[in-house]
Amino acid sequence: MTILVVADHDNVTLGAGTLNTVSAAADIGGDIHLLVAGANCGAVAEQAANVAGVVKVLVADNAAFEHHLAENVSLLVAELGKNYSHVLSSTSTDARNMMPRVAALLDVDQVSDVIKVESADTFARPIYAGNAIATVKSSAAVKVITVRGTGFDPAAAEGGSATIEAIAADNNAGVSSFVSEELAQSDRPELAAAEIIVSGGRGMGNGENFELLYKVADKLGAAVGASRAAVDAGYVPNDMQVGQTGKIVAPNLYVAVGISGAIQHLAGMKDSKVIVAINKDEEAPIFQVADYGLVADLFEAVPELEGKL
Amino acid sequence: MKILVAVKRVIDYNVKVRVKADNTDVDLTNVKMAINPFCEIAVEEAVRLKEKGVATEIVAVSIGPKECQEQIRTALALGADRGIQIQTDGAPLGSLSVAKLLKAVVDEEKPDLVLLGKQAIDSDNGQTGQMLAALTGMGQGTYASEVNVDNGKVNVTREVDGGLQTLSLSLPAVVTTDLRLNEPRYASLPNIMKAKRKPLDVKTPEDLGVTVSSTVETLKVEPPAERQAGIKVASVDELVEKLKNEAKVI
Repeated sequence: MTILVVADHDNVTLGAGTLNTVSAAADIGGDIHLLVAGANCGAVAEQAANVAGVVKVLVADNAAFEHHLAENVSLLVAELGKNYSHVLSSTSTDARNMMPRVAALLDVDQVSDVIKVESADTFARPIYAGNAIATVKSSAAVKVITVRGTGFDPAAAEGGSATIEAIAADNNAGVSSFVSEELAQSDRPELAAAEIIVSGGRGMGNGENFELLYKVADKLGAAVGASRAAVDAGYVPNDMQVGQTGKIVAPNLYVAVGISGAIQHLAGMKDSKVIVAINKDEEAPIFQVADYGLVADLFEAVPELEGKL
Repeated sequence: MKILVAVKRVIDYNVKVRVKADNTDVDLTNVKMAINPFCEIAVEEAVRLKEKGVATEIVAVSIGPKECQEQIRTALALGADRGIQIQTDGAPLGSLSVAKLLKAVVDEEKPDLVLLGKQAIDSDNGQTGQMLAALTGMGQGTYASEVNVDNGKVNVTREVDGGLQTLSLSLPAVVTTDLRLNEPRYASLPNIMKAKRKPLDVKTPEDLGVTVSSTVETLKVEPPAERQAGIKVASVDELVEKLKNEAKVI
C-alpha cells in the first residue's frame, strides 16, 4: 500500500495541515509520498522531505500549478493517483476545492473530513454539523480522502529524510485563470493551528471593540476568531469565522466572548480541550459546552481579564 | 443565458438532530425539512442575474424522493422558471451519483452556468459542484462571494483560507455559493401561488441513462462524545485561577 498526500503550501511554506494529514496517512499504514505541485516551490519540497514518516517527495514545478487552480492540479493528481491505494489531503480551501475533482476523474466517491482512521478502508467523519459521527467503509480502488487536521496530531516537521523526485507535468485544462487575491494580514498565529483562540460574537457590538480581544490574545499568544454574526455584521473579515461554514478548530483553550453558541458555531469549536464562555445571558447555549462559564458584561470582564494575565 | 440551479432538501438548519437508537442513521421522521441554506443562496444569485438581464432562463433541479418537489416549488416561488425532479427513492445518493445525474441534465439542458451550494448541511461533504465540474470538464468557482458574468467569462471571487481570491472562468462553468454571496429573499404569497403553475418535469435515473451506485457504505452513525458538564465561575479572578491551576492551559 502506498499513500499519496497532496501537500498544502503557498509556494514558500508547507501548510500546517499537511503534517496532520501525514499522521492520518501513518494511521492507515504504508509508504507515504508527498506531492508538492506549484511554481518555484523548491523550498516547500525541502521542508516536505524533512517531515518524519515521508519516504518520497514528488515535485511538479510548473506555472500551471502556481495558484493551485483545481482544474489543472486535479488532472495531475488523478493521473498520479491511479498508482496509489489512497490519495489524502488536508481540508484547506485549496484541497477541498481540488480533491472532489480528483475523485470524480478517478470515478470514485470521496470521503470528506475524516477525523479517525479505523482501518485502511474504514473511517469516521462528522455529519450534520458535527451532531453525529458516521463510520464509513470505502470499497474504492483508490480511496480519495480529506483529513480534518484537528482529528490528528501533527507529524514531526523535522527528522525525515525523503528523496526528492521532480516530475515533469504541464497539466493546463485551459478553462480557468487566476486574476487576483486579497489576503488578510495578521501577525497573530494562524487560526487553524493556534493553541489558544479568543473569539468574539455579536455581543462585541462593533469592529472597534474587537481591540479588547486583540489585547487579550496578544497576552496569551492566541489567535482571534469570530462567529458568523460578527462577520456578517462586518466587525471582522470572513476568514476569521469559526464554525460549520468557517474554520474548524480544536485548540487547548477556546475563549468565546459574546457568542451565544448556535449549532453552526459549536460545529467549529466543540472539540477544543477547554472552553471558556463569557456572556451576560446565563441562558446562552454556549454555557452547555463551556468548561468554565462567566456570566458577566464582556466590556467589564475582558479588560479585567487582560489586566490579570 | 440559461442557468441551472441544483437544490437539495435537507433537515432545517435550526433542528438539533438525534441519532436513531439502532445507530443506523439520524432520525428524520417528523422533522422539519427545508431547502439547504447554500442552495437558497444559489437560487437567489440566479434570480439576481436574471433581474440584471444577464440570465434569460433559470431551471431548478433536485434529486430525491417525491417530497423534494416542495423545495423545487420554493425555488420556483423565488424566481426560477421551471423545475426538474429526478426521482430516486431509498437511501440518499452519494455526491458522485448526484454529480453524474446532474451531468446528464447539463447534457440535455446545456446551461451556460450551473449554480450549486458549497455544501449540504446534512452530509457536510462539499463535493458535488467540483465533481460535476470534473465530469463536464468545466471550470469551477467554489466558495463564491461574488459572481460577475462578462463577455463569455465569469469572474468569481472566492472565500479562501487567508482571504479572497478572484478567478476568471470560461463559460459554461460551475459556481458553488458561500454564505456571503447574497441574502436570499423570501417568497411572497402571490409568487408561491404562481409557482404552483410553473412546469415541473419528473425524470428517473433510467431516463437519463445513469446507474447510481456508491463505493462508500455507512456502517454506523453515532452521537458525538458528550462534553463533561462545566462550572460557572463567579469572577475573573476565579476564572484565571482555574485556567492556570486546574485546567493548566495558560
